[in-house]
Amino acid sequence: MSTLEIKGLHVSVVTEEGSKEILRGVDLTIKSGEVHAIMGPNGSGKSTLAYSIAGHPKYTITSGSVTLDGADVLAMTVDERAKAGLFLAMQYPVEVPGVSVSNFLRTAVTAIRGEAPKVRTWVGEVKEAMSVLSMDPAFAERNVNEGFSGGEKKRHEILQMELLKPKIAILDETDSGLDVDALRIVSEGVNRVKENQDLGIMLITHYTRILRYIKPDFVHVFAGGRIVEEGGPELATKLEENGYAEYVTA
Amino acid sequence: MSLATTTNYLTPTGREEPWRFTPLNRLAGLQDQAVELHDRISLEPADIPFGVSITVEDAASFPPLSESEDQVVQRVRESASKVLVISIAKDAEIGTPIILTRKVLEMAAEASRVQINAGLHSRATIVISNAGDGVFAEDIELNLEPGSNLRFITLQEWSTKAVHVARHHAIIAKDATFTSYVVTVGGSLVRLLPTVEYTGPGASAELFGLYFATDGQHLEHRVHVEHGVPGAKSRVNYKGALNGDSARTVWIGDVFIKAAAQGTDTYELNRNLLLSDGARADSVPNLEIETGDIVGAGHASTTGRFDDEQLFYLMSRGIPSEEARRLVIRGFFSEIVSKLALPEVEERIMSRIDNELATVRI
Ligand SMILES: Nc1ncnc2c1ncn2[C@@H]1O[C@H](COP(=O)(O)OP(=O)(O)OP(=O)(O)O)[C@@H](O)[C@H]1O
Ligand SMILES: [Mg+2]
Repeated sequence: MSTLEIKGLHVSVVTEEGSKEILRGVDLTIKSGEVHAIMGPNGSGKSTLAYSIAGHPKYTITSGSVTLDGADVLAMTVDERAKAGLFLAMQYPVEVPGVSVSNFLRTAVTAIRGEAPKVRTWVGEVKEAMSVLSMDPAFAERNVNEGFSGGEKKRHEILQMELLKPKIAILDETDSGLDVDALRIVSEGVNRVKENQDLGIMLITHYTRILRYIKPDFVHVFAGGRIVEEGGPELATKLEENGYAEYVTA
Repeated sequence: MSLATTTNYLTPTGREEPWRFTPLNRLAGLQDQAVELHDRISLEPADIPFGVSITVEDAASFPPLSESEDQVVQRVRESASKVLVISIAKDAEIGTPIILTRKVLEMAAEASRVQINAGLHSRATIVISNAGDGVFAEDIELNLEPGSNLRFITLQEWSTKAVHVARHHAIIAKDATFTSYVVTVGGSLVRLLPTVEYTGPGASAELFGLYFATDGQHLEHRVHVEHGVPGAKSRVNYKGALNGDSARTVWIGDVFIKAAAQGTDTYELNRNLLLSDGARADSVPNLEIETGDIVGAGHASTTGRFDDEQLFYLMSRGIPSEEARRLVIRGFFSEIVSKLALPEVEERIMSRIDNELATVRI
């Protein structure tokens, strides 16, 4: 049983005009097995929240805390956060030229598990994980995200999640760019990890489509750098019909 | 061993275009006769396959095949009384690489001439492997007869003090294919001139390079491709990384398409990765075109810093920062290194780079 606890989180970015505050006091607690959907207008700071938890150097935490089972996440390096059990499926996965997917996955799994996977079982493990996500095995020999279509990149993120077995996963618009079949396949992958690992999930999305597959326990409305309303799945339906107008202050 | 004869060619001052990037005071006197050149042939072949001959000949019987305005090359030609001649027989297909290893003569500066002849329709790979310390001035000429295919690999895995100035000049005949790989990861000052000329249509040259400079190293590559006949092709792709505030690299890519060279197809590329704030990479692509009747001509040059997004992505998957850097650097060079098709050499070069990365905090 794991708990990710975000308290009073304020985050700024450095801009040409100086420091600009993006997150203005985020409070959110995610426990193992829970799905928290985060919905909010473009530019409201959802990715900023995701990146700040993962430790992207661009974001400066000005106040607040993030803990995983009591351990101070903000004091950890980026790789330590992953080793502690956090995973971020990125909205825009990064291309790494010249590094093959298979080499990347093996290196990451070795780092997370603390030992190199057994050669014999490893190849099968990757093949199986790729096959359930309907990824062509040829992807293993391609360079990380290089030339991948938008949907292929998202599948590759979930493939990594399946192999790295995190405690808490943040899925930043993993559903964007997926066709109907891919959406189902990727959602099944997420649900599999949730079942097997008792994964806790922060699901950032603009659409209720994915929520038909990955059932949220909580829906949070994110606007102006903070959570402005919380509710159950019915809130998502209401948002889809009415938009965010009532939450966005002029 | 005979001593160099003195002649009256001009000594570079550093203001000439070809010398403006080179720290002349670190050339160990190769350019200004401050040092005597010993003519000695320090390349030793391993086994010589059937179809290949490697002999030492009198320079008088093997005059230069090409002209060179480079003062050091001219000096080598004045000094060397012998020429190492490597010949691949007509139609020979040599499966295993022909490897020549440098046997270093400490202290004495050396001038050596090498001529390589790839016979009609022959196929071969020649590897020149340089390691250790020394002062070398070298004039290598490669003559590719029609239809031949020659892969030419030079490895500069010098120690920290070596000074190495060399020209590799390829003369490529009709339908012959030349592929060169220049790998420079060691030495105090290395200045290499990979140059190409064509004598017939269908001739092709692919020139690949990889360099990695750390503190105190000046690694310079001056590519020159002269399209003087119709229907020839050239591709140039050099990649370099610099680690350490006093690391310096220079890449010059001169491609000349003469009026007669209709149907020329050329593209040259140089990418540099700066791993330290003070490191400096000069990159000067230069394309001169005298005819509009060509298939294609282009160039690109980029010099950039480490991509933090790549590092973040790898680290967010649990990979520690040192290892993430190594992966990104290996990835950067892999497109060149993997083409060598010499697994042992590939691993040796990449682990040397890994080790040198580890010594300096980026
Ligand atoms: N370097 C920067 N300079 C100025 N503004 C920035 C900078 N970086 C981020 N921002 C701003 O921070 C805000 C939050 O961005 P973020 O990517 O977190 O939004 P989001 O909620 O994920 O949006 P989307 O739904 O479009 O993905 C945006 O208005 C963005 O323009
Ligand atoms: Mg976003």
